[in-house]
Amino acid sequence: MADPVLSVTGLSRSFGALKATDEVTLDLRPGEIHALIGPNGAGKSTLINLISGALSPDAGSVHLGGMDVTRLGVSARARLGLGRTYQISSLFPEFSALRNVMLAVQARQGSSFRFFLPVMADASLRDPALSLLDRVGLAARAHVIAAELSHGERRQLELAMALALSPRLLLLDEPMAGMGPEGSKAMTALLAQLGHALPILLVEHDMDAVFALADRISVLVYGRIIATGSVEEIRRDPEVRRAYLGDAA
Amino acid sequence: MITRERLVEITLVLLLAAVPIAAQLLNEPFYLTLATRVAILGLAAVGLNIALGLGGLVSFGHAAFFGVGGYVAGVLAIHAFNGTPMLLGLPGTKLMPFIWIVAILVSGLVALGIGALTLRTSGVYFIMITLAFAQMIYYFAISWPAYGGEDGLSFYVRNGFPGVDTLKPLPFLLICYALLALGLILFQVLRKSRFGAALQGARQNEVRVAATGISPYRIRLVAFVIWAMITGVAGALYADLNRFVSPAMLSWHMSGELIVLIVLGGVGRRFGPVVGAGLYVLLEYWLGGITERWQLFLGLMLLGVVLFARGGLIGLLAGKPRHG
Repeated sequence: MADPVLSVTGLSRSFGALKATDEVTLDLRPGEIHALIGPNGAGKSTLINLISGALSPDAGSVHLGGMDVTRLGVSARARLGLGRTYQISSLFPEFSALRNVMLAVQARQGSSFRFFLPVMADASLRDPALSLLDRVGLAARAHVIAAELSHGERRQLELAMALALSPRLLLLDEPMAGMGPEGSKAMTALLAQLGHALPILLVEHDMDAVFALADRISVLVYGRIIATGSVEEIRRDPEVRRAYLGDAA
Repeated sequence: MITRERLVEITLVLLLAAVPIAAQLLNEPFYLTLATRVAILGLAAVGLNIALGLGGLVSFGHAAFFGVGGYVAGVLAIHAFNGTPMLLGLPGTKLMPFIWIVAILVSGLVALGIGALTLRTSGVYFIMITLAFAQMIYYFAISWPAYGGEDGLSFYVRNGFPGVDTLKPLPFLLICYALLALGLILFQVLRKSRFGAALQGARQNEVRVAATGISPYRIRLVAFVIWAMITGVAGALYADLNRFVSPAMLSWHMSGELIVLIVLGGVGRRFGPVVGAGLYVLLEYWLGGITERWQLFLGLMLLGVVLFARGGLIGLLAGKPRHG
């Protein structure tokens, strides 16, 4: 089997007496969508923050493509290929959609200390940004200010920005959150299309989307992974049903 | 297409250009001094506009760089006048271009040190720690008798510029206009550049900038240094205008005045600093001639702008900024 692009080993983090993340071990293999599910308060956000570098763990390690990044911060991990989106859309609200993506492309090129050439005249930023907007289906809205985009469009824009970093993997934090059924469907289709080219660690509440997209599912309860397996295995797992799925499965 | 903002800007440039002509026709040379003050305060505010308008850095310590620039001009001039060597046996100079370069270097270095420490904080802590550094420099200037201490430092002859008679008000005004124009061009170029995009991005969403792999700290540090350099040049000009530099230039009142005038003019707008400086100087002159308590009216005006016209006077005249 190919080496995992992301592997998390024995990761723990406590807040006071609360073990928000408790010896979590999981990996993300090339070409797969690995969904992380769990009830509210299971510690999904903490785990995401530990993986992205926004929090540092008490114990355990995070490896990106075989490299130990446990001690690195958010920017450094992003440069090493960890792309992410946020549970609540995180954009540059005063910039147009195009400029949002252009800034991400600029970050990827690692050249923010250029003081003279206007960015809008810079084809090496504009062209890739436009083609990314096209890829997520937002080309027609390129010149709209991010603050004026609809909720679903902001999600698409976030995805374009994450892709602009040419990531080795994507960490998606509830991409369907707050979307209507139509939006969810469109986003599911978009992710299914990406998932084959790019491994995705998907944290999501929308079970329809998870079951439609995931190659493997891990279930997080009280900071611990209680099961990892294929969609079928997770559907059948009695412990998972008791803890989480209830009637939905 | 000419936007409303562009029209407002053209009007402002024409107004500034009209001042020397009006001064000549009305035989009021004092108008030249007023316009010079507008240009110098405007230039300092352009620096602030890069940091505050583009970068969202609210500080209470930028008077430090204004004062450092002023002291650079004063100290170099005094040594040149007396023919005494300075630190390391270097000679003084009375040439403005040299003074500006030294002001840029010294302000930039001081800012690099202060910025490296203060930019690790944000919000109210950043305000307080920049204020603390500025006050340190202020008290240092007060307690340094070699350069006048509390009384400040007078130099009797304005520094020179090759081929220009700077003792006359008009040529000096034109020099100040030229530097203000350079400052405005620099602001515009920076705003549109990659650096400007990153700086504005860090203001709008710091977490997102970091997550894309750009370090907001380094971007802001560079902005902080550029800001200080521009402010330093403005300070050197201010010292030359008054032929006097005192610790007052370093005090937090000065930092506050610059923030007030940029808020009046329009934060983040290209000509916001110019409008703000113009308004400030005119109020100071007209209202100041009527009552010593003119700042009461300035305060009321500021209140009005903050409550009813968040985009400042430029926002009022030209509407909301366009985004690219």
